[in-house]
Amino acid sequence: MALNTVSDVLDRVPHAKRDALIPLLQEIQERDGFLSQSAMKALAARLGLPAVKVYGVATFYNQFRFHSVGRNHIQVCRGTACHVKGSAAVLEALQFELGIEAGATTRDGLFSLEVVSCIGACGLAPVISINGEFHAALTPEKVRALLNDLRKAAKGAHDEQLA
Amino acid sequence: MNSLPEAAASHNTSISGCAIPDPALFADAGASLRAALERLGQPSAGNGKPCLYVGAGTCGLGAGAGRVLDAIRDLASVRSGDVNVVEVGCIGLCTAEPLLEVAMPGTPRRAWDCVGNAAEAVAIVNAALSGQPHSRPPAWQYRDAHAQPWPHIPLFDEHPFFAPQTRWVLANCGIIDPGSIDAYLAGGGYHALAHAVREMPPAEVCEQIERSGLRGRGGGGFPTGRKWRIALQQSAADKYMICNADEGDPGAFMDRAVIEGDPHRLIEGLVLASYAIGAGKAIVYIRAEYPLAIQRLHEAIDQAAEYGLVGDNILNSGVNVEVIIKKGAGAFVCGEETALIHSIEGKRGMPRPRPPFPAESGVFGAPSIINNVETLANVPAIVANGWEWFAAAGSKDSKGTKVFALSGKVRRTGLVEIVMGTPLRAIVEQMGGGTPEDRTFKAVQIGGPSGGCIPAQHLDIPIDYESLKTVGAIMGSGGLVVMDDRNCMVDVAKFFMDFIRRESCGKCIPCREGTRRMLEILKALTTSRKTERNVQALERFKGILTLDSLAEVIRDTSLCGLGQTAPNPVLSTLRWFRDEYEAHIFERRCPAGACTALLTFSINPDQCKGCTLCARKCPADAIVGSSRKTHYVVEDKCIGCGTCVTVCRFKAVTAQ
Amino acid sequence: MISLEINGKAVSAQENETLLKVIRDQGIRIPTLCHMEELTPSGACRLCVVEVDGQRGLTPSCAYPVADGMKVRTHSPRVLRARRTIVELLLSNHPDDCLYCVRNNQCDLQNLASEFNVTDRRFTGKKKTGPMDVSSPSLIRDPAKCILCGRCVRVCEEIQQVSAIDFIGRGGSTTVGTLFDGGLNTSTCINCGQCVMVCPTAALSEQDSIKDVEAALDDPERIVIVQHAPSVSVTLGESLGLKTGADCDGIMTAALRRLGFDWVFDTGFTADLTIMEEASELAQRISDGGVLPMMTSCSPGWIKYVEQFYPDMLPNLSSCKSPQQMMGALIKGWFAGRESIDPARLYSVSIMPCTAKKFEAQRPEMAQSGSQADIDAVLTTRELARLLRRRGIEPRTLSPEAADSPFGERATAGKIFGASGGVMEAALRTAHYLLTGTDLEDPRFLALRGPQGLKEAAVNIGGLTVNVAVVSGLANAARLLTDVRAGKKSVHFIEVMTCPGGCVGGGGQPLDTDPARIKARMQALYAIDRNGPVRQSHANPSVQRLYREYLGAPLSERSHHQLHTKYQTRDVDG
Repeated sequence: MALNTVSDVLDRVPHAKRDALIPLLQEIQERDGFLSQSAMKALAARLGLPAVKVYGVATFYNQFRFHSVGRNHIQVCRGTACHVKGSAAVLEALQFELGIEAGATTRDGLFSLEVVSCIGACGLAPVISINGEFHAALTPEKVRALLNDLRKAAKGAHDEQLA
Repeated sequence: MNSLPEAAASHNTSISGCAIPDPALFADAGASLRAALERLGQPSAGNGKPCLYVGAGTCGLGAGAGRVLDAIRDLASVRSGDVNVVEVGCIGLCTAEPLLEVAMPGTPRRAWDCVGNAAEAVAIVNAALSGQPHSRPPAWQYRDAHAQPWPHIPLFDEHPFFAPQTRWVLANCGIIDPGSIDAYLAGGGYHALAHAVREMPPAEVCEQIERSGLRGRGGGGFPTGRKWRIALQQSAADKYMICNADEGDPGAFMDRAVIEGDPHRLIEGLVLASYAIGAGKAIVYIRAEYPLAIQRLHEAIDQAAEYGLVGDNILNSGVNVEVIIKKGAGAFVCGEETALIHSIEGKRGMPRPRPPFPAESGVFGAPSIINNVETLANVPAIVANGWEWFAAAGSKDSKGTKVFALSGKVRRTGLVEIVMGTPLRAIVEQMGGGTPEDRTFKAVQIGGPSGGCIPAQHLDIPIDYESLKTVGAIMGSGGLVVMDDRNCMVDVAKFFMDFIRRESCGKCIPCREGTRRMLEILKALTTSRKTERNVQALERFKGILTLDSLAEVIRDTSLCGLGQTAPNPVLSTLRWFRDEYEAHIFERRCPAGACTALLTFSINPDQCKGCTLCARKCPADAIVGSSRKTHYVVEDKCIGCGTCVTVCRFKAVTAQ
Repeated sequence: MISLEINGKAVSAQENETLLKVIRDQGIRIPTLCHMEELTPSGACRLCVVEVDGQRGLTPSCAYPVADGMKVRTHSPRVLRARRTIVELLLSNHPDDCLYCVRNNQCDLQNLASEFNVTDRRFTGKKKTGPMDVSSPSLIRDPAKCILCGRCVRVCEEIQQVSAIDFIGRGGSTTVGTLFDGGLNTSTCINCGQCVMVCPTAALSEQDSIKDVEAALDDPERIVIVQHAPSVSVTLGESLGLKTGADCDGIMTAALRRLGFDWVFDTGFTADLTIMEEASELAQRISDGGVLPMMTSCSPGWIKYVEQFYPDMLPNLSSCKSPQQMMGALIKGWFAGRESIDPARLYSVSIMPCTAKKFEAQRPEMAQSGSQADIDAVLTTRELARLLRRRGIEPRTLSPEAADSPFGERATAGKIFGASGGVMEAALRTAHYLLTGTDLEDPRFLALRGPQGLKEAAVNIGGLTVNVAVVSGLANAARLLTDVRAGKKSVHFIEVMTCPGGCVGGGGQPLDTDPARIKARMQALYAIDRNGPVRQSHANPSVQRLYREYLGAPLSERSHHQLHTKYQTRDVDG
């Protein structure tokens, strides 16, 4: 499956050169959610690069992931403002409630947790982003409420599907 | 589009001094631009309908502006188009978000802050439209040259947050529609560009910038004009003008706000800069984490291209500047120029030794100039108003204004733009309103991971490049985080060292290995005494002894600016808060109560419900108690991890 | 001309020279870990920093151009403190197992620690760990010992144009790794071992076969035969304390006998045999309109390179096996038959300048029948030196001895195989004979000698002009092939050696990549040629006898069966 989308992406840029590497990795990740090994190999072949160079570049940047993420991808900001306003407790609460460490995905695939560098919403610290949507001025209590809402929403969607 | 910024014009925000576009400058423009200018020149432009503005920058949306916007759009559609709804960028006062503003024809525009829900937004709008007062008064109103101010509503430029500011770069942010090039043109936008390509040779643009005293706003503070001149003198066929919008300093979001709120100002500055150095290609290297800013930038480039303001043959002058957006992929080190260049070339963002400097050999070996967003956003006004205008503001070696992102422990957080030389105290106490909850101010962290912490006794220091250095900080890109007595300075130093260790590119030894060891030394200070073995205690002392000399070698020998400045947060906290370090080292105590491992945990019997959760989750089995009975912490077993505080749902666990 | 001051002394220098070069030209030692002559400076290790008046921090001399009026201090207290701290930082993240380390006493980091008198541990903390990669038949990677100087990455990319490895990850968790962190064996690695040559520590080393060889030597049931490659006799001496280029052929043979090898053969013999087959193959291709240019096939790194990256050019490769494998096939085939030895009892060892030979020996193509490999173990020159030390043999005290018949005799043509250009020169000597029936008056081809990466010549053989090219270092080979494919060059015969300078610069040689030393090794081979009694492969009496008694003629049925092979497209990760 990944291969198809990758060739779709690559077919549009037949003359791409090395400087297109990062934009193409970004596009592939946007479509697939992560970078698969086959995608990276296909990209290397298209750009005429040794595949290990593509892997070396992909592993250098924070943005790139090599595993799929959960349905709710939670990014915890660890900027300075968030730190002085208690982001460590927020992260701990998330890890505790989800039972996973940062960088992992829950077994039901519902949540994945990631720590990211400052997302630039310092005025609202501490901040997390769930699937790109910001949640401001969090506390461990608010985190628990938020997760409960998301779990309920997921269960609702699931039940609806069954019905 | 109904967004002629009377409010803006009245508040010193017109960048060329003429609020009404000067058609003469655009005599050679294409048909679509001339038609737009004609439209804007009509006396009726901007009048007629009531206009509703919602601050919809990333932070506004994070605070709930999306809900407000939806409600107001519904309301507007019911009223079938007799009101305009405008999404604006961020005015800068984050604590006021979501912000809703209403401009009734013939009256000054009023702003309601903290509009939390849709119902309230609808109520405010309905009241305003029907001329009734709403139960909650507006937070401020803008000056309007053509209308009487509303009674009993503070003026924007008298609001404590905005009054001390000089808003040049932020002039349009939160005021005009960032999605409309006409709105930018109406305030005198692109006049500097039109003027330059018609009447100023590139060398003169460089000279204007050089004489204005503009220095890089990204951290280093290198004179911008001098850098441009070097690039202009290169005879290469290809040159690149790069805008570094990879705002990576934690605690900084000025660039995002400028792009989201006023993207055309950046594009005009970027095209002017490209023209000045003779670059045919301009690249905006922007963080992928800023999707809204990227979208705004794309829209703006398309609009500018349609008007013939970017691309081939700009305004029929024969000048070509192609503007490209490159998304950064998340690497703080790419703020370093050579690393950024490698990243643009599709490589790992690792710095290389200089010389050759990018101005001689940069992207693909072509001369390249890299300026940050705020630097370029200053350019149009300098070109329009002349270098003397800019140089008149500021201090001896630091001219113009600087935007700061104020956050942390202050009542009002957000973006402030001040004239260089303004005392730091004005930002913290006047604009920020001091520390909340009656806590004591402790320090301001300025300059991000390369900067330092400034203690209370130096709050009166003027903000300029040189003064900040004297207290161990740097101007940096503009992050300004306020800390109170509950913030531990050892913990802050540890936070930055951890950041640098993670963000080091890993190439040079002193930065890669040195920051790792420095972090470990700091960690040893903040880990529990109970789990510490004798040998670790010895290492803790030994570590402290080596900290200074290690910092010096990292500073002296690292390959790039990231490494060379990496020890700064440690050095500056050591310098001003040595007593706090000593408390950690000798007394194994964290005076701020922030280092949990050094705290004593106890359970308040009044609040404990005996739910057993903390006892089950305690990794050291240090909590005892049976179901529905009060629990206790066995102090000797406690390792100070703080899990019990995190898991307790009744706030029964306290740490001291 | 530029004038500057180094340690208070006025010095003049050329424009664009680096500070490092100018300082070193003054005879001042500046330590470096990441610096590589003639490659772009990386500026990673920071050991070469010096103090330049007027500069805020310390200046990396490897990357900084000299400027007029510069005042430089190379060993000021500040500089020394910085260098020492850097070494201490590296040590704080390095395993302390020097006593068990293959590079003990040959380690740049260890030397630096001693140079800066590091006698206590100022920095302690977590060390990086990582599993060793032992998957490759030729090389071992130990990430725990890697100091990330990047020299291996640059050699693999810039000299060999393979890029089997690169930096992976970032910051403190950076490693030098393979694609998706897989094993080297499934990567594009061609096993050349140039990375080992430039590695300052034991993060890269060869797969050690000493134990296997010792077991065979100690097994009374085993008949153990050894062959040694042409270049080894002029490089082993460096490990024995002899001067560079000293030929220790005779004492090496004596030492091999002392180790317990039952027969000692000279791979130079099969080098001559290779020439007989290869020159005949070339003559045939030219006369029959076969695929041209023909490319030599004795360098196993190069073979894998073609299989991976230029599969369309596999038909251009000569079908000849390498001299090692020709010898291997003859030993377990004809020789075992002649001596009435069960090949299963035979243990065939080769001493090679090369790590890729370990890979070649394990190729399925290189077996007599079934699973029994023709060559059982390959020792590099370095391993032989270690084995001699371990077994208490001091070759310098021995009297020279001659190799054994029937594969102990070689022409000097077979000896110059060890230098880039040597195979071509030897082949041209014999081609001349085959096409004209006469020997060259002057058998030397000076245009094909020397350390340059690309050497070309147009050679007249009996009225026929043969265009030949010699390359070493696969980046040079890749450039040549690109030109050939594009029709920019018309060449009939190409010699390719994987390692810069040929086998004398091989990945299994004593650890030294100093160009002067490589050149001295080359000159030693040509000196042997100059004084050799027999300089043409076809004049080697033992070769003539083998054709008479067994093979018949070059390219005969038996030759094809024993001495030739065929390679196929190889699918690798990357």
